[in-house]
Amino acid sequence: MTTYPIYLMAAYAIFWLLTFVLVFSIGARQRKLEAQFRALEEQSDRDLPVHH
Amino acid sequence: MRHNMDTLGVGLTLASLVAILVALGMVFLYAPREATMGEVQRIFYFHVASAWVGFFGFGVTFAAGIAHLATSARRWDIVALSSVEVGLTFITMTVLTGMLWARPVWGTYWTWEPRLTISAVQLLLYLAYVMLRNSVDNPARAARFASVYGVVAFVTVPLSWFAIRWWRTIHPDLFAAGGGMALTPRMLHTLLVSIVAFTLLYATLLRQRIRLEQAADRLARLREQLEESPIS
Repeated sequence: MTTYPIYLMAAYAIFWLLTFVLVFSIGARQRKLEAQFRALEEQSDRDLPVHH
Repeated sequence: MRHNMDTLGVGLTLASLVAILVALGMVFLYAPREATMGEVQRIFYFHVASAWVGFFGFGVTFAAGIAHLATSARRWDIVALSSVEVGLTFITMTVLTGMLWARPVWGTYWTWEPRLTISAVQLLLYLAYVMLRNSVDNPARAARFASVYGVVAFVTVPLSWFAIRWWRTIHPDLFAAGGGMALTPRMLHTLLVSIVAFTLLYATLLRQRIRLEQAADRLARLREQLEESPIS
């Protein structure tokens, strides 16, 4: 049987590709949440009265 | 949002990265070239390791689903959901790398034999888990529904495992009585290191996914608090 390196390379490329897709997907959602947290904090700082 | 130094997370990430690089080194430099299949047999190490982690991930979802049904604790629902997402990634990897191995070895990317058919059904079932759960508005109902679904869908794991023993199939059996696939000691070492590396990678990704869901919960609680305390 010939060696078929293209299938071997494609298989390992799929491993890296899917791993990075999951990592970047989690990262993107994390950044979106952080932005929402910041927006909420800014809103609460602006809206809530300050007690002295 | 506070940024605390996540020592365990950093440690897990580094450990899984090093383990994956070691496994890759062993796959390409340490494991011998298989006599019949040639270089394409090297797909086998990451194919089996990703299948193991996918099954393990669905097993975690099964256990967390039972725990959630028993306690109604949100933390178990978070573990179940997170593990499905990570498990799905690895099972997709298994199916795609299996197809790339099958093309030169079987002469076709896909055949509807029992193991492959069950793998396709399993992939679709867990994909449906994620989609269906997002379509239910009530969080408590979605969690209960997902727990039952995760427990029932787990039946595909033992089915997939035993498919190559119960039915006539062309899929190789690594653990068949009387030999199965003949692995040299170096091949076995490489497979074991790959499995350890993938398990570490699963733990790293699961932890990050869990933290994401916990952050989403904190945000939702913060929103509720702000809505409950209107400005006078």
